[in-house]
Amino acid sequence: MEKFDVRGQRLAALFLLGVLLFSYPVLAAFNVQATLAGIPVLYAYFFIAWGALIALMALVIERKA
Amino acid sequence: MLETWVVIVTSFAYLGLLFAIAYYADARADAGRSLIASPYIYSLSLAVYATAWTFYGSVGRAAENGVGFLPIYIGPTLMIALWWVVMRKIVRISKQNRITSLADFIASRYGKSALLGGVVTVIAVIGILPYISVQLKAVSASFTTVLQYPELLSAPRHGDVPLVRDTAFWVALILAAFTILFGTRHLDAAEHHEGMVAAIAFESVVKLVAFLAVGAWVSWGLYNGFGDIFARAAADPALRPMLAPLGGAGGDYSSWIWLTILSMLAIMFLPRQFQVTVVENKDEKHLSKAIWLFPLYMLAINVFVLPIAFGGLLHFPRGADADAYVLTLPMSQKQELLALVVFIGGLSAATGMVIVETIALSTMVCNDLVMPVLLRLPGLRLNERRDLTRLLLAIRRGAIVLVLLLGYLYFRLAGEAYALVAIGLISFAAVAQFAPAALGGIFWKGGTRRGALAGLCAGFAVWFYTLLLPAFARSEWLPIGFLQHGPWGIELLKPQALFGVAGLDPTTHAMVWSMLANVGAFVAVSLTWAPGAAEHRQASLFVDVFKRPALPAGASLWRGTAAAPELYDLLSRFVGAPAAEEAFEDYARLRGLELPIARLPADADLVHFVETQLAGVIGAASARIMVASVVKEEAPSLQEVRAMLDEASQIIVYSHRLEQKSQELERATRELRAANERLTEIDRMKDEFVSTVSHELRTPLTSIRAFSEILHDHPGLPEPERARFLGIITKETERLTRLINQILDLSRLESGRVEWRESLVDLREVIRDTLAANSQLFKERDARLEAKLPERVPKVRADLDRIVQVIVNLLSNAAKFVEPGRGRVEVTLVTEDGFVRVDVRDNGPGVAPRDRRVIFDKFRQGGDPLTGKPQGSGLGLHISRHIVEHFGGRIWVSSGASDGADGGACFSFTLPVASGRALERAA
Repeated sequence: MEKFDVRGQRLAALFLLGVLLFSYPVLAAFNVQATLAGIPVLYAYFFIAWGALIALMALVIERKA
Repeated sequence: MLETWVVIVTSFAYLGLLFAIAYYADARADAGRSLIASPYIYSLSLAVYATAWTFYGSVGRAAENGVGFLPIYIGPTLMIALWWVVMRKIVRISKQNRITSLADFIASRYGKSALLGGVVTVIAVIGILPYISVQLKAVSASFTTVLQYPELLSAPRHGDVPLVRDTAFWVALILAAFTILFGTRHLDAAEHHEGMVAAIAFESVVKLVAFLAVGAWVSWGLYNGFGDIFARAAADPALRPMLAPLGGAGGDYSSWIWLTILSMLAIMFLPRQFQVTVVENKDEKHLSKAIWLFPLYMLAINVFVLPIAFGGLLHFPRGADADAYVLTLPMSQKQELLALVVFIGGLSAATGMVIVETIALSTMVCNDLVMPVLLRLPGLRLNERRDLTRLLLAIRRGAIVLVLLLGYLYFRLAGEAYALVAIGLISFAAVAQFAPAALGGIFWKGGTRRGALAGLCAGFAVWFYTLLLPAFARSEWLPIGFLQHGPWGIELLKPQALFGVAGLDPTTHAMVWSMLANVGAFVAVSLTWAPGAAEHRQASLFVDVFKRPALPAGASLWRGTAAAPELYDLLSRFVGAPAAEEAFEDYARLRGLELPIARLPADADLVHFVETQLAGVIGAASARIMVASVVKEEAPSLQEVRAMLDEASQIIVYSHRLEQKSQELERATRELRAANERLTEIDRMKDEFVSTVSHELRTPLTSIRAFSEILHDHPGLPEPERARFLGIITKETERLTRLINQILDLSRLESGRVEWRESLVDLREVIRDTLAANSQLFKERDARLEAKLPERVPKVRADLDRIVQVIVNLLSNAAKFVEPGRGRVEVTLVTEDGFVRVDVRDNGPGVAPRDRRVIFDKFRQGGDPLTGKPQGSGLGLHISRHIVEHFGGRIWVSSGASDGADGGACFSFTLPVASGRALERAA
């Protein structure tokens, strides 16, 4: 393995970010009866956070090292 | 349009299309122009993860509790972020060791243990049965539903239907036949199924398009967009709580977290995921693009789950089968074409899963369960059979049929009582049991065969007891009292509230206990019993796969004797003569050796080559047995293996040390260079010093000589003139003497040859005495001298004479620079935090700011050298600085105009107050 695997470390950091985004305290904050552009906040949050995470992963992978 | 014959013809046409794609891809692969060598195809093939469970079950789950379907896809997304570290390693290991299944992987890691491979296979087959039954259930239910069009009835209970009229049974048989055609047409040494992968990728596109189509239609055809659906749901009091379901209908957060973890493990260790991700991987680089493409696919296929679920809940009366909403919604609106597309989408989701899963399982059953047993049975004399390829294919085909029929059996026995997702989760929990042995195996060298066996068995037993048995009990195949009161009425052993742990949902409960048992047994047993030699070697090969790419896997750790023709015979029996010949030719070409085969050196390299080739066909454990049968092998002792591994690590240590040494060398070179620069600088300063000193000495000498010559040449000079000249000569001589004294003094100071006579000095007295002794100096220039001395000052530790020298120097400087008649010099003594400060303030011309620093250097004087030089050697202040700094003080000059008087300079120096101990010592 490369001595300093930047990509691996960035992805591991994204993993930790994902764990944070999709676990207890953060989810509870969005678990409310309200809507965002007609969509319940919790559902909107899930898909936005999920999409953002994937976008970041794509960025890390596709960026020229 | 939904007549029975249309549906059946369409279904078979679709399967035929799949077959055509697979056939085409295989043909392309044989021609060397692979169709699937693309990261996009690879990512799509990973999407075999989305099965009928996703296609039908997600909506059902969402209709039940809102977000409960999401952890199944968010978990993998998180896990994939770690694939760069974890999966890349697994793929690399598998490629190096020609690993063809998960069982093979785990068995290889723990010393090519046939027993372990068998255990993994059994767990995988039993664990996956519920999952396969989900697919059968979904396909048969969707088929029945479509056939009943325009009626919208849910499928009848299968327990009441005779076997020959049960759709699920026929579905199982058709899928078995299809899979056999697909996956076992020929035997490939690398277990690559290019045609299958191409077909799976196509199926992934079909199911995604079908689901997006029905999702878009529900959202914008049936309703007016997302907002409309959610607004109506919010208006319904029964549905309103499901818009923020966590902690309520959506389950608590702990089950959310456990579901996420479960899916994280499932994406790695489901046999079919291992198959497409690892075994079918053509190029490690494809993995990196899949890291974001595959999660994107999962996101896309989930976008419409919630709108469809709420659309169905709003549209149908309560109690309708939510797992079927995807199909029944378009049917209820007479959207026949859409319903057919959905049916095909569901079919592709289910078939994709069944094909890959059963191929993966059949490989495992054949290589890790049946073959090791058959090869060991002496009565069969398999070792002597010429061609075993037919036998291998037959075993695999049998395994496929068996797995599907067992899946069907599970469906009949236990499949009715649960929704699709709940059945699938049972399988997820089963494959999660592989995680400790597999992940522990690639990161922890200490894991042993016994530990892995213990962990797997313990975890599987707990899973069996807490998830599988209750599933049977629920379906009335076991007494329900077993669930409610525990076996024999022992409440503590209730399968879904083990040891009194109640209140968790069944999956979470099973996961907590099985993981505890699994990891605990794995670690404890691994640490208790030492591993054998083979395990030691394999552990090192697996864990350090990235560190030792040059080491030909295992080859250097082998000793024995063999004959090349025997090895060739062995290989050809399993892969067929042409393939074996080709393999040997490749081997010889790569190493620059010459055929014929009989002349090849049968060394460790060749034996290893044949073994990995065989491993590709029959698994590592069986390959080991077969090779051992033709090779006289001396297994290296544990000590030898250790010694070899130690040697390797020794070399690593040496290279580390070498690196360190070279760094040290670089550092030393840098230091030397710096020292050299310093020396050059000092040398330059010395030259400068010598030239300055000679210049300073020549000035008085020149005037002495000039006046002496005048006196000598003109004996008749008048007396007053003569006296004046003699006076000048005397003065210049004095100046010369002073200069030489100072130079000598300075050289002693700088070389450290001064004898310091330290004592406790009272600066007050020193100043008073010095002022008295030098008052004549000021009287000559008619300057006023004042002293402001406090009553008491602390003593300092210094050399009395030297301090006097400093004060005299400062006073004589002050006297020199003040204007005659108007001069005023003031000496003050101040005590401030640990120091005593002496200020000598005058009202002379002062020192220009730019000179304040340099006047303390040798031969530097203030003022403009062009407009004449003041008297003095330029050494006094430099010497003073030496003295003050020797005693830990500081000397500097500032503007003397602090009291508003006109200009002037203020020379100050400090000396540290003597410490208590110094006082005692002096006393």
